[in-house]
Amino acid sequence: MPLLEIKHLTHWFGGLRAVHDFNLKLEPGEIRGLIGPNGAGKTTVFNLVTGFYKPTEGRIIFMGKDITGKRPHEIARMGIGRTFQNLRLWTHLTALDNIKVAFYSQIRYGLVGAFFNTRARREEEERIDHEARNLMKMLGIDQYANWVVSGLPYGIQRKVEIARALATKPRLLLLDEPTAGMSPAEMRETMDFILFIREKFNLTIWLIEHKMKFVMGLCEWIQVLNFGETIAEGPPKEIQRHPEVIKAYLGEMVEL
Amino acid sequence: MEQLAQQLFNALQWGSYYALIALGYSMVYSILMLFNFAHGDVFMVATYIGYFVAVGLLGLASLSLLPLSNVAVFVLTLILTMFLASFVGIGVELVAYRPLRDAPRASAAITGLMVGIFMETAVLAALGASRKDFPLLIPPITFTIGPVHVTNLKLLTLAMAFGLMFLLHLFISRTKIGMAMRAMSFDYAVVPLMGIPMNTIIVFTFALGSALAGAAGILFGMAYPVLDPYMGVLIGWKAFVAAILGGRGSIFGAVVGGFLLGFIEILVAATLPSTMRDLIAYSIVLLILTFRPYGLFGEEYSARLRL
Repeated sequence: MPLLEIKHLTHWFGGLRAVHDFNLKLEPGEIRGLIGPNGAGKTTVFNLVTGFYKPTEGRIIFMGKDITGKRPHEIARMGIGRTFQNLRLWTHLTALDNIKVAFYSQIRYGLVGAFFNTRARREEEERIDHEARNLMKMLGIDQYANWVVSGLPYGIQRKVEIARALATKPRLLLLDEPTAGMSPAEMRETMDFILFIREKFNLTIWLIEHKMKFVMGLCEWIQVLNFGETIAEGPPKEIQRHPEVIKAYLGEMVEL
Repeated sequence: MEQLAQQLFNALQWGSYYALIALGYSMVYSILMLFNFAHGDVFMVATYIGYFVAVGLLGLASLSLLPLSNVAVFVLTLILTMFLASFVGIGVELVAYRPLRDAPRASAAITGLMVGIFMETAVLAALGASRKDFPLLIPPITFTIGPVHVTNLKLLTLAMAFGLMFLLHLFISRTKIGMAMRAMSFDYAVVPLMGIPMNTIIVFTFALGSALAGAAGILFGMAYPVLDPYMGVLIGWKAFVAAILGGRGSIFGAVVGGFLLGFIEILVAATLPSTMRDLIAYSIVLLILTFRPYGLFGEEYSARLRL
């Protein structure tokens, strides 16, 4: 059974068809790439899958359950995590606190516990603190736990955002341009990082990227969107030579 | 000097009303970036609810169906009114704002104004034009501290306001929902990704703000016992000014703004002819905002994005 299956997904913004007849079968453990020029509808697909938009047509099936039209928090709880192209962290909070918010669904103490600071609350807070720090340690960012996010280097902020997504214990992680604004060296490090978290957390990863080298090196299968249509699909080697893709990407291909 | 000390208590009393109501504006703004212009009328409806609850309880007590002392009636009235008022706020959210969640903020704000007018006229239609007198729940006692006279009601108002603000602080800083409220106030869109149900948090925010307005309504009704359907308009606008003065969306700012407004008003009234009170008082507010356009504790929200 595929982890995620999308059938005939179509989305209109008023009179604009942002995504048309998008199909996908994602097997557990895969790293899948979604590429395409600016405005191709890639982020729209992510917004549809995570419930931020309700699709005009089509079905989204996650772990055998139809999640079409479900609300974002329900989908998040079912096991789809996500990061954003332009980081969406709570920049004035510490890295640790950002991650702790993601443990929300696990908080069990009620009003009384909160107001009277009962032992149950203290223990639970301690457990969450411990788990969040552990997660940061696993990702090699624990030394930044008490830093306010806005003061952290960009690459570390990216990792904090991924850590926050991992804290919700997802099965599927959607990464929207994880290397945006990164140097080539940082980009290579991010590739290793993504491979590492896939292993460690038993994840399936679906990512949007612009940098061809990155997608080609990381993904087993790539889908190409242009003006909301899937224009090509296949393993990296094929995609690289695909005439439609070269046409759509003309400017950017030369650069690489 | 004695005059000034005397006025200090008046300022604190009015500051308490403004602050309690301003909190409702700020809390909603902080998570939805929406000015809930129906909030003054939520205060009005809550005061009427308080009136009916108090009259009802006093009636039961006088029939000796319930052996309630006056203090017990006051406490019960306060709790019941806050509880019922929260549903008024929730109703406004469900009917007026939720369907417009993705509409431009201006549409939602105008809808709020209309809901306010609806509530005023609905109360007018239901209860007629005759004014209601809020019952005397606590017999007035005047304490004399040196040259200053203070009523027990002023002290009660002040104590209640600070007590409720402290509880609100605990709620926001310690509970799960409070944490989600804080997270939403900084970045609204990513909150559901943490598995947090956004609508639940929004409902709680409206409920809390309206409960505080309900408490303000009881305290106000006991001090100024004549109720009419338009009583929420001016005090609502002034509390809104207090929220802006303190800084849009800032909880602490709403409290400071409320008391500051109380002080400015009372001090102007104490030193100048009373007809000039609001003219001068709000000129001062305008001047403050000229130099601090985001209010005293407001931040520039330009960085806050929506999906």
